[in-house]
Amino acid sequence: MHTLSIKEMSEGLRAKKFSSRELTAHYLARIERHDGTLNSYITVTAERALKHAEAADARLARGDAHALTGIPLAQKDIFCTLGVKTSCASKMLDSFIAPYDATIVQKLHHDAGMVMLGKCNMDEFAMGSSNETSFYGPVKNPWDTTRVPGGSSGGSVAAVAAGLAPAATASDTGGSIRQPAALCGLTGIKPTYGRVSRYGMIAFASSLDQAGVVARSAEDAAHVLQAMSGFDPLDSTSIERPVDDLVAGLGASIKGLKIGLPKEYFAEGLAASSREKIDAAIGTLQSLGAEIVEISLPNSPLSVPTYYVVAPAEASSNLARFDGVRYGHRAEGVKTLEELYKRSRGEGFGAEVQRRIMIGTYVLSHGYYDAYYLQAQKVRKLIYEDFKRAFERVDLVLGPTATDVAFGLGSKTDDPVAMYLNDIYTIAANLAGIPAMSLNCGFVEGLPVGLQLMGNYFSEAKLLNVAHQFQQATDFHKQMPKAYV
Amino acid sequence: MAYDSSTWEVVIGLEVHCQLLTQSKIFSGAATAYGAAPNTQADPVTLGLPGVLPVLNRKVLEYAVKFGLAVDAKIAPRCVFARKHYFYPDLPKGYQISQYELPIVFEGHLDIEVDGANGSKTVKRIGITRAHMEEDAGKSLHEGYVGQSGIDLNRAGTPLIEIVSEPDIRSAAEAVAYLKKLHQLVVYLGICDGNMQEGSFRCDANVSVRKRGETKFGTRTETKNVNSFRYVEKAIEYEIERQIDVIESGGKIVQETRLFNPDTGETRSMRSKEDANDYRYFPDPDLLPVVVTNEDVERIRATMPELPEAKRARFVEQYKLPAYDAGVLTGEQALADYYEAVVATSKADAKTCANWVITDLLGALNKLGKGIEDSPVTAPMLSGLVVRIADKTISGKIAKDVFEAMLAGEATGDDAADQIIKAKGLVQITDESAIVAAIDDIMAKNPQQVTDYRAGKDKLFGFFVGQAMKATQGKANPEALNRLLKEKLAG
Amino acid sequence: MSLSPENVKQVAHLARLELPAEKIGPYAQQLSNILDLVGQLSGADTAGVEPMAHPLDMQQRLRPDAVTEPDRREAFQAIAPEVDNGLYLVPKVIE
Repeated sequence: MHTLSIKEMSEGLRAKKFSSRELTAHYLARIERHDGTLNSYITVTAERALKHAEAADARLARGDAHALTGIPLAQKDIFCTLGVKTSCASKMLDSFIAPYDATIVQKLHHDAGMVMLGKCNMDEFAMGSSNETSFYGPVKNPWDTTRVPGGSSGGSVAAVAAGLAPAATASDTGGSIRQPAALCGLTGIKPTYGRVSRYGMIAFASSLDQAGVVARSAEDAAHVLQAMSGFDPLDSTSIERPVDDLVAGLGASIKGLKIGLPKEYFAEGLAASSREKIDAAIGTLQSLGAEIVEISLPNSPLSVPTYYVVAPAEASSNLARFDGVRYGHRAEGVKTLEELYKRSRGEGFGAEVQRRIMIGTYVLSHGYYDAYYLQAQKVRKLIYEDFKRAFERVDLVLGPTATDVAFGLGSKTDDPVAMYLNDIYTIAANLAGIPAMSLNCGFVEGLPVGLQLMGNYFSEAKLLNVAHQFQQATDFHKQMPKAYV
Repeated sequence: MAYDSSTWEVVIGLEVHCQLLTQSKIFSGAATAYGAAPNTQADPVTLGLPGVLPVLNRKVLEYAVKFGLAVDAKIAPRCVFARKHYFYPDLPKGYQISQYELPIVFEGHLDIEVDGANGSKTVKRIGITRAHMEEDAGKSLHEGYVGQSGIDLNRAGTPLIEIVSEPDIRSAAEAVAYLKKLHQLVVYLGICDGNMQEGSFRCDANVSVRKRGETKFGTRTETKNVNSFRYVEKAIEYEIERQIDVIESGGKIVQETRLFNPDTGETRSMRSKEDANDYRYFPDPDLLPVVVTNEDVERIRATMPELPEAKRARFVEQYKLPAYDAGVLTGEQALADYYEAVVATSKADAKTCANWVITDLLGALNKLGKGIEDSPVTAPMLSGLVVRIADKTISGKIAKDVFEAMLAGEATGDDAADQIIKAKGLVQITDESAIVAAIDDIMAKNPQQVTDYRAGKDKLFGFFVGQAMKATQGKANPEALNRLLKEKLAG
Repeated sequence: MSLSPENVKQVAHLARLELPAEKIGPYAQQLSNILDLVGQLSGADTAGVEPMAHPLDMQQRLRPDAVTEPDRREAFQAIAPEVDNGLYLVPKVIE
């Protein structure tokens, strides 16, 4: 059952080939069997899932079901889920049972009736590119368990890649959907900033964070993204604009589509073996009728430095609320207020989170604001203008998602800057707020290579269709790591 | 003023926090009612739960614009919310959402009356640098716990405007005059209830001193949360004396935040604000720029009430009142409304009405410790009384008794005055033959006094008036009585 | 730009983080490396460029002034470290 597409599952449920309870139990059993090694879930909500599956079966029987009713889904543990631990993979929130549902949780589970299997592991507060900063330990890459799955949505991608969930939600601040999707061979999409509500998604960097989905195909991703997108009055940055029909958009020809290749994305730093796969994919798209145009995004080398000012600055502010007073970790035996703050935060946050809080605090400090924060916001504008100019010439921008295939566990943990450079191709889309996705375009020594597509604002349907056309012509997305077939 | 003002000049700027009269909080739908059980008005946004987001309350923006228009300020077509960071348990997110570089209101002013030479009054203009929208913090309660404090976040997220004056104020008295004027204005506008005990209107005072002739400002201190006009005056006076003492004894003023202690009348340094000088402001990424169009401004302008100064000028013009009377009557919107209702329904002389309201009504309310809203004598009741004086049903003297009776609640309803006049038989005697009969009787009983009066003892006239009033139980029309008495005594 | 251990202590204080003494040196090194990375920004020509705070050119939406949130104190305080009589307790606040 775990090799079926979401559409096939939906049809199977309607045709009564299997029930939601059976489908859910199947995934729970696989989690039970495989997740000891992978560590992709922080919390598995088995009992609750079975109960919800039964309710979904009843809804299907009543005939008022949504296309996704009864289909299991995993939630990244960054989304608040009423009555269920929501940890953000931090010791700080190890005891935090969320007292409310995120808007996307409401939409996916309450409105669409998808069944939540559990909460996926991630880098602590989504800060990381390898899923090694989690308080709950690293997640293993199902294609090679000595390697990282990427991050920060490492648990979401490992679970879907290993067939422990049909799809999973994820979030992307600088590449946290696309880079792990690339490293685990999945299709992951970060929509336009403001397309999916941020209400109930624990904030890392508010002007960059955007929720999205990882799935086994563009078609599966389209189904889930459709259900989670849309205007939310609780989020001031949510966009009041109808959501395009993402599923109906699949199947359009891409003949004449202009795809731009930014020369900066194919320069030094990209592994030759990955480049080969990407070139081959470009060939496939050309054979489907796409036109290739070389373009330039001249400010892209500045995207990593810009990001590492903007994101830590916002993070240092967003994480100030974790003080041990109203919820979360509180140090024991504190005598003074200052001790309460310093020890609770010192104990509750891991090293990477502390580094980013300190960098953010520093760049916002008196005397440094203009040199760092204001300058970063100006460079952000330049990066945005690069894309604006590019989209006057081309429909999409194509490049690699990551510099190489998945790296070994522990190989970069001592060098934060080397880790940060993992996100060199993904960050710009967050800074500009444009939609971007990654899809598998081949394997190097059994490890997946990710292809990144970036589009203009609100071009999710177009991106998903191009990925879908590619996946109609290829079968990379259908492959699964052998141990989990 | 205990210091030598020929040597020292005082420079004061005030920051006033004014809670806006909204139903719900600035960024969420939690209630803002005062006095609720602790933390029952703390919703996820107020608590700063992980993942929650702010959305701006429309009314907060409208009220801020209203204020800006009332102080003749500029309204920013585009303003921005910023985060101000500090750790404090009554600040749930570790930052306050405020405005920093681009406030909604800037460059306004307020005119106050200050003492001029020879006891005259002159008008002084105090600049208003800016007014910005922000959220209030919660409260820390220190009583009832040993070594601990209790945190109540009901107040957190209540909308405020912070009104920052230019350092144009030169004395504690000017500071109080400015504050009173500002207080009157925000209450008039209906954007704040002005309740200082409940903290709806709070003041922080920035005070510095310098030698006369010095062009640079001295180092200032900020005294926090002084919550009555009297305390503001005392706190500023204390701070002036303290700073002069420090400087004169060779010391230096430290720029710091101080707290006023009303019990001792002193200020002291606040430990909790020790490293508060690095607030790390930056634009709040959860909120977008607030855009106010000219049409928005005009729409809000159309809802503005008549402001105190305009109303005062109109009272002088329309009712021909002395400036003093007009000032008193327009001190509060409700009082002005009361007065205008009395004039309009009684159609009596406007000055007579003003006297009744100012002298009798306000005097009585003051004794009762009541506000105009709670007056036992309503405007229609006072109007009914004034009508009966005007139509000579009762004399002004009897009217005072009727007023006392109304105040004591002897009758209620719009016709209370008539009820009392009827019940007590107070209708004025205007029948001259009845008055003449009474005079004849008194003269017959007091032949010696009549003789003395006629011999030139004019003072005895008062004796005859008194006797006649006594005989008519005060109901004789005074004018007729005087005339007739003079005629009769003349012989 | 390099940060001294003393700078790290100041920033950690501002951010209310207790750092074990043995971690301050490594943090100083790592944070200096990160500042070197972001230091590349100083070379960018941004004369006349408007800072971009938001990806989208939108304006703030306004909500009606209405009370929509019920009292859920019990639920919210169930996850609090220490409460008494509806109040959150902290070590004594000194003003």
